[in-house]
Amino acid sequence: MNIRQVAALARLELTDEEAGRYQAQVDQILHYVEQLNAIDVSGIEPTAHAAAVYDVVREDVATGGGLTREEALSNAPLVAQDQFRLPKVVE
Amino acid sequence: MNPATLTLTGLRAAYASGDLTPADVLTALAAEIDSRDPAIGGYLSHDLELALADAKSADLSKPLGGVPIAIKDLINVKGHPCSCASQILHGKYTSPYDATVIRKLREAGAIPFGRTNMDEFAMGSSNENSGIKPCRNPHDPDRIPGGSSGGSAAVVAAHTAIAALGTDTGGSIRQPASHCGIVGLKPTYGRVSRYGLVAFASSLDQCGPMTKTVADAAAMLEVMAGACDRDSTCLDAPVPRYTEEIGKEIKGLRIGLPAEYFATGLDPAVRERVEGAVKTLESLGAEIVPVSLPNTGHAVATYYIIATAEASSNLARFDGVRYGHRAQADDLIGMYGKSRDEGFGEEVKRRILLGTYVLSSGYYDAYYLRAQKVRTLIRRDFEEAFTKVDLIASPVSPVPPFKLGEKHSDPLAMYLADIYTISANLAGICGISVPCGTVTVEGKELPVGLQLLGKSFGEAELIRAAHAYEVARG
Repeated sequence: MNIRQVAALARLELTDEEAGRYQAQVDQILHYVEQLNAIDVSGIEPTAHAAAVYDVVREDVATGGGLTREEALSNAPLVAQDQFRLPKVVE
Repeated sequence: MNPATLTLTGLRAAYASGDLTPADVLTALAAEIDSRDPAIGGYLSHDLELALADAKSADLSKPLGGVPIAIKDLINVKGHPCSCASQILHGKYTSPYDATVIRKLREAGAIPFGRTNMDEFAMGSSNENSGIKPCRNPHDPDRIPGGSSGGSAAVVAAHTAIAALGTDTGGSIRQPASHCGIVGLKPTYGRVSRYGLVAFASSLDQCGPMTKTVADAAAMLEVMAGACDRDSTCLDAPVPRYTEEIGKEIKGLRIGLPAEYFATGLDPAVRERVEGAVKTLESLGAEIVPVSLPNTGHAVATYYIIATAEASSNLARFDGVRYGHRAQADDLIGMYGKSRDEGFGEEVKRRILLGTYVLSSGYYDAYYLRAQKVRTLIRRDFEEAFTKVDLIASPVSPVPPFKLGEKHSDPLAMYLADIYTISANLAGICGISVPCGTVTVEGKELPVGLQLLGKSFGEAELIRAAHAYEVARG
């Protein structure tokens, strides 16, 4: 496991000190969880969810009760023209 | 009489007799919080004016009419701050909507009052991971209150709240309840809506009551439970009258003792209290049956793969775009990375990294998929045990609350102390922690909790047995 690679995937810009510490700690935890490799799981279905509910559907109609535009923008760090404002994306 | 010391049920009686008004109670609680909470750190904030405004329209004829409830700081209450005890949200977020549990509590007349401290994003077992301030155990301020719902447990134990809401992903209601000497109930996965809870691990999270008595927990759960059209995992199963379980006999109830939960690592004094509680249950007519949960030893590893994987995905939403901390950077990717590095605390970043790795291309099958298969084995252990027994009894935590700072440098050691609580989340079943005495450590009396685990949607039996025990315990 290369902590810098993982941090890039996770969009975490780590300092060098953090990278060193997390490399050691995550390695230690991974070593511990690798005990699961000793278990025979052949033919065992994975459990993604404890409750056996699948495909809950309803009529495709607007039910209302969502946020207004003002509410949706109310916690934004930066707003412009009723939208979330971001640093530039393209050169 | 100080109204802050009342139970929820006691408060309802005082309202019925006209001895108190909600404004009296809120004012008394605010005074208690102002004078005593600074030494405990159970609250992150409380707003008396907002609560008094809610109290004006409180309908005392409703099931929880006029009852103030302290809210764990990851549950959205419209107009209140919601920081998850994280610097990424602290001072930067006011909820624009109510969580479903809050809506249901409000409809039953309750008044949300106060935001309780917690481990940042519910990641931790000691409350030491709060990104705002430490929280202390009211029974010994040098010691941790447990976590992640440490603030909710501490304020109920300290009588700076009547009752509180917590959430439990791997024991985060039951373990702090045990450490602080209160009642904490984790409902079955799918019993209570998760809409409006800031998600940690979506297949494990449940919201539940943290209270002074079992009857109080029953009264709250009765209101909180039930289907939600905004959470498709919340089941449309009938909600029993949990309050009617209070006072019922437990003669003939079969209670299983899992050998694996009374093995090495369990503090001898904690074991003695829990075994004493089991004897009490037996004296009430319960039949004690040995059971086995053979995959118990794999639960911590399984949990820390699944929970961190889900967390890494859930916490992707904190990117500085729509809410929360935004760092200055020249480009978008740099803004994401810096905002997240500056905003998240140490444990949260550690878990995001672990979760990202176990989900990453080439490692998914070896870690995440394998853990999901072992989760099936753990779930089957309980299904098998519950063919023989109605409930399972065990300790909540292998040790009494430890001192702040004592284990903080070793994340894995901290994870291993969750051994008795995490399996219930993996299996999706319900559980409760009920105080079963104290142990003396360095001259301080520290609470110990008895854990009872029930079948899926078996909260009624759980409440019946927990209440019968509570009465017999005295």
